[in-house]
Amino acid sequence: MNMIKKMKMKMMVMVMMMVILSEGSMIEQTCKETPDFNLCVSLLDSDSRSSSADISGLALILIDKIKGLTTKTLNEINGLYKKRPEMKRALDECSRRYKTILNADVPEAIEAISKGVPKFGEDGVIDAGVEASACERGFKGKSPLTSLTKSMQKISNVTRAIVRMLL
Amino acid sequence: MASSDALLPISAGEEDPLSPYTQLSDGSRSDPNLEAHRRRRPVKGLLAVSFGLLFIASYVALIATHDGSRSNDAAIETDETAAKTSRARLAGVSEKRNYQFWKLSGDRNTPAFAWNNSMLSWQRTAFHFQPEQNWMNDPNGPLFYKGWYHFFYQYNPNAAVWGDIVWGHAVSKDLIHWVHLPIAMVADQWYDANGVWTGSATFLSDGSIVMLYTGSTDKSVQVQNLAYPEDRNDPLLLKWVKYSGNPVLVPPPGILPKDFRDPTTAWKTSAGKWRITIGSKINRTGISLVYDTTDFKTYEKLDTLLHRVPNTGMWECVDFYPVSKTAVNGLDTSVNGADVKHIVKASMDDTRIDHYAVGTYFDSNGTWIPDDPSIDVGMSTSLRYDYGKFYASKTFYDQNKGRRILWGWIGESDSEDADVQKGWSSLQSIPRTVVLDTKTGKNLVQWPVEEIKSLRLSSKKFDIEVGPGSVVPVDVDSATQLDIEAEFEIKKESLDKILGDASVVAEAEEFSCEKSGGSSVRGALGPFGFSVLADKSLSEQTPVYFYVAKGKDSKLKAFFCIDTSRSSFANDVVKPIYGSVVPVLKGEKLTMRILVDHSIVEAFGQGGRTCITSRVYPTNAIYGAAKLFLFNNAIDATVTASFRVWQMNSAFIHPYFEEAVHALSRT
Repeated sequence: MNMIKKMKMKMMVMVMMMVILSEGSMIEQTCKETPDFNLCVSLLDSDSRSSSADISGLALILIDKIKGLTTKTLNEINGLYKKRPEMKRALDECSRRYKTILNADVPEAIEAISKGVPKFGEDGVIDAGVEASACERGFKGKSPLTSLTKSMQKISNVTRAIVRMLL
Repeated sequence: MASSDALLPISAGEEDPLSPYTQLSDGSRSDPNLEAHRRRRPVKGLLAVSFGLLFIASYVALIATHDGSRSNDAAIETDETAAKTSRARLAGVSEKRNYQFWKLSGDRNTPAFAWNNSMLSWQRTAFHFQPEQNWMNDPNGPLFYKGWYHFFYQYNPNAAVWGDIVWGHAVSKDLIHWVHLPIAMVADQWYDANGVWTGSATFLSDGSIVMLYTGSTDKSVQVQNLAYPEDRNDPLLLKWVKYSGNPVLVPPPGILPKDFRDPTTAWKTSAGKWRITIGSKINRTGISLVYDTTDFKTYEKLDTLLHRVPNTGMWECVDFYPVSKTAVNGLDTSVNGADVKHIVKASMDDTRIDHYAVGTYFDSNGTWIPDDPSIDVGMSTSLRYDYGKFYASKTFYDQNKGRRILWGWIGESDSEDADVQKGWSSLQSIPRTVVLDTKTGKNLVQWPVEEIKSLRLSSKKFDIEVGPGSVVPVDVDSATQLDIEAEFEIKKESLDKILGDASVVAEAEEFSCEKSGGSSVRGALGPFGFSVLADKSLSEQTPVYFYVAKGKDSKLKAFFCIDTSRSSFANDVVKPIYGSVVPVLKGEKLTMRILVDHSIVEAFGQGGRTCITSRVYPTNAIYGAAKLFLFNNAIDATVTASFRVWQMNSAFIHPYFEEAVHALSRT
């Protein structure tokens, strides 16, 4: 009797472990094909929706991260106007470019991926990285936003690789 | 569901490895109690152990597969033989194409470029089709009806990026002077709620029009729908009616709901039915499905595919049409016969390249085979309509003038921020006639429609000998709206000397426009051509040129290229070098035609054997500061250029109003 119970428990534990391992491995297998495995895994693991998402879903989660980072950066830019008034021109440029990410790139990517024409989503995601780089350059080497713009470039590259899997 | 999805790939991949493990497991157990129990309940023990080993096997598979792409193959694909040829998808990722992991040009400390309104407004074209504002993509349902050329297109009425897609509409008497009309179709039914996407028109025997188009349903399933003009007597075809029984086609078994779009114009089969083809994919194999119909409402799917090519990914905007082997006129889509070849064209979703191949169509079973399978549709070596920025193209038979006409979507190569700032994005190419190259029999030849000549204003003719390593300014006043036709000849003495000189290394086999460094790299016999949209000091310039190279067999090979790498100081625009080899037959001079229209340059080599479209965004070489130069960067060869440059008028494309339509009706 005990033996049978033990066997049943062992089976259940093994099945559960397989399930957990498999879920983890779906994210891992996907992230392996991106240029930044660790970033990809940490972004997806931090979001509870990842566990039940297909590749489209994972792409949409990362686009949501792009959106969040954009808002955070815009807030940072707004705060800098008072602290660094000499940087107004560069800040204006960044503000405009990040608003493009928020109002054009992100909605375009969400709509395209949801509707099954991922190539337009790829355009939007690539552009988020382009706008971040352009913003960074505007400071001619003295950027107060470097870690934020670098994050955007990295997330853009990772997201783009995942969107390509949908083509 | 995640768990079942995640389990399936692993078990599918590990099917074979599992069995030896389970067999081994039987022998490895040594616990007698367990064995006794196993004998009594063998199934449970076997299950437990095999689960355990499956667990171990999958863990091993995880850590063992370092190559991400291979693991993806094993886990998710159950496709054919391991790809030896370059997989279009992976090739797209690893090739340095313009939309790859491109970083802004220049180093980190190069200041960013800030666009101003003057620069941005200059970019708008004078004689290429574009809506008044916002985003456009694929050409849709082009046709000629009751005296008007109709053009429909994918349009976003709300933004300068893709989204909220509806059918824009415009008409013209001559494919050049357009009048914008109200939107033809919007996303107002459940079967196109998420997008009124690409489609094509067919003329029925009684002259009436049916339009088939892809709708993205309210659940984002791609379906095909039927629409037709509300009023056959309205030459402007302003209003369209959607068939009440839509959708007429839904994704068939085996085809995913998001891999079924862009129906073609129909053609008559010898059995008297109408036949269409629709692009799709199965795993990574691009395919084209075939359907027969008599009424465009009910369809019968053929068991055969029109064609399939492994490792090419999704086929979008498939086009299928006959071309004459001997004549230079176009053919109605239903024409067939001994004198005819058929073209299969597809837009490759993976690489954003339009490819085509020449082949033979078998009407009895709706299949087609290419003349040369080594350059089959979608392969990296296969032919392209255009070696630059040109996608989602579509032809139609112009029964008015007996031509087959090609439209191509030309997207932007700048940042979306600039598109938002300037308020628009994308152009269409100048419509081109398409015929089979009767001299080579192996490729198509395209040429801007004759009607574009109506835009030519004053011209100047030149005959200039250009020595090696020289640049000659061409005095033409304004240089942003030009039509240039040119003939080049390498001086015979230069040619003979170089061909005879063994120290001149053969390079034709290695040369490619994209990878050989651009127009500033000097060779024995090239590059030479024009620098358009150049400022006085040539700090910004867009060379359009021939590069002639000696081959290992001492024969010459000519390449036709556009180098946009120095077209702009801006570092948030894409600046590739485009081009391809161009066949030059015995006795032919090197000829090129260039249409310059602000931010677009369309170039045609050898009468349209090799075509290149590029988008350029100069910051200085704009308005009056834009100049034209002739150059010869060859090390030793002297070149003679004989050419004419026309100033081009605007096409004055404008919105619909009564007077405009009446004025056009009178021309």
